[in-house]
Amino acid sequence: MADTRTISAIVNGKSHTATIETRLTLVDFLRHELKLTGTHVGCEHGVCGACTVLVGGISARACLMLAVQCDGLEVATVESLAADGKLNTLQQAFQDNHGLQCGFCTPGMLMTLTEFLRDHPEPNEAQVREALSGNLCRCTGYQGIVDAALDAAKKMRGTTR
Amino acid sequence: MKPAPFTYHDPRSVSDAVALLATHDNARVLAGGQSLMPMMNFRYAMPDHLIDLNKVSELAYIRVENNTLNIGAMTRQRDIEFSADIGQHCPLLHAALAHVGHRQTRNRGTLGGSLCHQDPSAEMVNMAALLDATMHVVSQRGARDIPLADFAVAYMTTALEPDELLAGVTFALPAKKHGHAFVEFARRHGDFAIVACSTMLALDSHGNISNATIALSGLSHAPLRPAAIEQALLGQKPDAATFKAAAAEAEKISAISDAYVSSAYRQHLARVLTCRALEQAAAHAKEMQHG
Repeated sequence: MADTRTISAIVNGKSHTATIETRLTLVDFLRHELKLTGTHVGCEHGVCGACTVLVGGISARACLMLAVQCDGLEVATVESLAADGKLNTLQQAFQDNHGLQCGFCTPGMLMTLTEFLRDHPEPNEAQVREALSGNLCRCTGYQGIVDAALDAAKKMRGTTR
Repeated sequence: MKPAPFTYHDPRSVSDAVALLATHDNARVLAGGQSLMPMMNFRYAMPDHLIDLNKVSELAYIRVENNTLNIGAMTRQRDIEFSADIGQHCPLLHAALAHVGHRQTRNRGTLGGSLCHQDPSAEMVNMAALLDATMHVVSQRGARDIPLADFAVAYMTTALEPDELLAGVTFALPAKKHGHAFVEFARRHGDFAIVACSTMLALDSHGNISNATIALSGLSHAPLRPAAIEQALLGQKPDAATFKAAAAEAEKISAISDAYVSSAYRQHLARVLTCRALEQAAAHAKEMQHG
């Protein structure tokens, strides 16, 4: 008999209740149960960062959390960023600075940077590179992503102050 | 790449957690999940019962008392990293934590999880060796303390019995005016180190070394404290010749080898990193003395 629990979590502002197997990882819950396929599954052992989401506003590897652990918590995925079909400042900066090619790592990059730029509104390049050290990209060589992060930081300072 | 089925338990107290450990065979304790979850995804670990400690709030604390630093096993690396108390009383822990994984893994990873996983070159294990940590272990049979030197019994294997739980750790706080350093060599930022060296140095009123502690990781199944090198530094001038001599001794310590790194290369790193750590700690100690 599969071990199951019923959980309620607020994902991107919307409450979801589901009965799930306790061994289900958070990333598989998001993708397979809620059909939020923006969060990508890469290495499934916490190395690549593609599955990064925010749990209670703090970044986490969604492949290293069980969905059952998110009962009662708020989860934010890449789908929370664009509003009304319009890219947010960070996403637009990725497009403008060639911050992606194949796009596989992008959801994780965006969620990592969403937390980082919230906590460090005026980062330098070294800080951005360290913040991104837990997210692997095999296309861009990172330069476009770093440029996008710095560009977004500048624009976000301009628009929010 | 998905965990094998298990029965999930989420106790709210230590007494409930140890009761579960006492009654279930093949049970594993889940802390931050940054090591056990990958092992379960790969099915290297297939527990029948998973006992999740994330709701046991009594295991998360940071307390400074009588020259000791007491940290609960479920205290997240993030909370240690951002603790002003630790910044004030044990800044070396912050220096070491800067090398631990990445933002996302430190957000979830815990001190106790890292110590129980016992990766030979884990930074928190190195800190526990340098700061003479005592491990506080509980089970339904009672509580016991294990000095760090007796905690790692073999490669990635601790002295914990199957029904025991690491509840907290006590670190001996260093004397106020000392210099410290943490250096490591890893292939990429955030990886486990190949070799890591931490050190604390204190100077007397003549500027000679009055106290020296060194912890080297990556040479053996657990970090080691080279007592002979620590002793030989006492009374010496903190200069290049002293540190070169100490580093030469560090290179003579026997080292493990694996598919990626030979023992000779680890020994080379032990020499280079010991010298670098001592130089940095001495510079820091001089600053502290004059500051």
